[in-house]
Amino acid sequence: MSKKISSNRKIDRAYYWMAVPAAVLFAIFLYVPFIQGVAYSFTNSQGYGDFKWIGFKNYIALFQDARVGNAYIFTIFIAIIITVLINAISMFLAVALNGKIAFKNGFRAIFFIPYTLSVLVIGYVFKYIFMQPLPEIGKALNIAWLSESMLTSEQYSWIPIVFLAVWQGVAYTVLIYLAGLQTIDSEIYEAASLDGVNAWQNFWKITFPLIGPFFTINLVLTMKNALSTFDQIVALTDGGPNSKTESVTFLIWKGGLTGGEYAYQTANAVLFFIMLAVIAFIQLKFFGSKEKV
Amino acid sequence: MNANVTKFRKDHTINWWLTAAIAVLSLTVLIPLYFTIVTALKTPAEAGTFSLPSSWRWQNFADASAKVNYPLAALNSAIITVAAVVLTLLTNTFVAYAIARNMDKKFFKFLYYFFIAAMFVPFPVVMLPMAKQMGFLHLDNQFGLIILYMILGLGTNLFIATGFIRSIPVSLEESARIDGASTWRIFWRIIFPLMSPINATIAILTALWAWNDFLLPLIILTDQSNQTIPLAQYVFSSQFATNYPMAFSSYLMAMAPILIVYVIAQKWIISGVMRGALK
Repeated sequence: MSKKISSNRKIDRAYYWMAVPAAVLFAIFLYVPFIQGVAYSFTNSQGYGDFKWIGFKNYIALFQDARVGNAYIFTIFIAIIITVLINAISMFLAVALNGKIAFKNGFRAIFFIPYTLSVLVIGYVFKYIFMQPLPEIGKALNIAWLSESMLTSEQYSWIPIVFLAVWQGVAYTVLIYLAGLQTIDSEIYEAASLDGVNAWQNFWKITFPLIGPFFTINLVLTMKNALSTFDQIVALTDGGPNSKTESVTFLIWKGGLTGGEYAYQTANAVLFFIMLAVIAFIQLKFFGSKEKV
Repeated sequence: MNANVTKFRKDHTINWWLTAAIAVLSLTVLIPLYFTIVTALKTPAEAGTFSLPSSWRWQNFADASAKVNYPLAALNSAIITVAAVVLTLLTNTFVAYAIARNMDKKFFKFLYYFFIAAMFVPFPVVMLPMAKQMGFLHLDNQFGLIILYMILGLGTNLFIATGFIRSIPVSLEESARIDGASTWRIFWRIIFPLMSPINATIAILTALWAWNDFLLPLIILTDQSNQTIPLAQYVFSSQFATNYPMAFSSYLMAMAPILIVYVIAQKWIISGVMRGALK
């Protein structure tokens, strides 16, 4: 900000050559498709061949479509659970990994492993675990809800999806919290311990406020990822049973690219974008007022 | 006085209860990996439990490899990942440099937000028209994917890199400028080498993303011979039917390359990712 004085300086042309072509490519590959998508959402296109302009018909149909409504409810439902669980678990793990435990680096390395794996591939592994060994264990222990595969249950099939998303999402989030914790000067804790502050107070009074910006970033990132849940569903339930576990992303892909609902699902994508923009705006308003990221 | 001494000692001892709790939690990561390995080496009849195989069936790997055409998929994934990382490093860095050095100018400030804004647009919003456009441009292949990784990562990379570049003193460039060096030359000779820690972060994040990504290859690649590893797993997952050990050896082969790299470069990868969080 202090550079205001130099604002009238001449900029070397090379800087434009560095940045402008990238902006053009960015526009072609990202913003143009986005605008095209908005345009297509007012047509009856199937993704190929002729189409007609049909105004808001797709949008009106979306609001009357129970399958779409279910996908939105399901997406928001799992996104909230995934975001809360990832952040709570990650914060605990990060504090522990930053604390006085043995084999710190070893544990840190283990907890990051899930981030290095393809969600789809490890998802297939979990699919089998949820299908075969887990119900066996449930039967052996006489736990009714565990005795049958959760993947085929209308009531429980969201649990494996949330589990996989959390299992994988924690890995990255922990590291961001750890990075945040390491910015805290340990002298603060030493001073606090002289005042007889306990561990619980330590966390809420010192640690948490100091890693606030990292909390905001993690919340926004995990929420954004959770709202786009896709790989987990393809690997585990394929949207079933009975379309119960279809996320919005899954529905856009399935209906739009394989189900001949191209224009209809682009309208769905536009609607999804509006919802996400509102959520992002609320998040920034709510947390941005408290902490400056 | 006495109390102070014990307190001091306590601060430097290891909390074994906490260590035990973390060790138990780490099993949630290790058990699925263990399960993958033992299942991959069993006969179909033995699969489905956590026990060790009675005899190790290495043949599963050869069978699975032939079935999903693993060498081709691994080659495709490797080409896409390496090219995406190299191109991202060679381009995104100077975009970040140009913007970081001219943030006082309205135009560059606008560009900054133009790129960053895309970070908040989730991919599903653009995926249908993007798939169509890539087909239209004849970029529904590996080359198209590489371009997309280079472009779609720009927002995040800019976010990571600009803060770092601004911490590099301008005075380093000024003396070179007086000697007549051009901006491009200054970038490649002075700035780019100084950026190496942040370049490592960008390389790691891009590599993990490109190697493991499923959705983008799924909607962009149309020719089966272009399949990446995750896409090959998806296409063949239905064909394994009940032969789970063979499926699992295929999964293990899909995970192995990156796990091996991770085991070797674990410290470097973790510190690289953590650096990305601290702007």
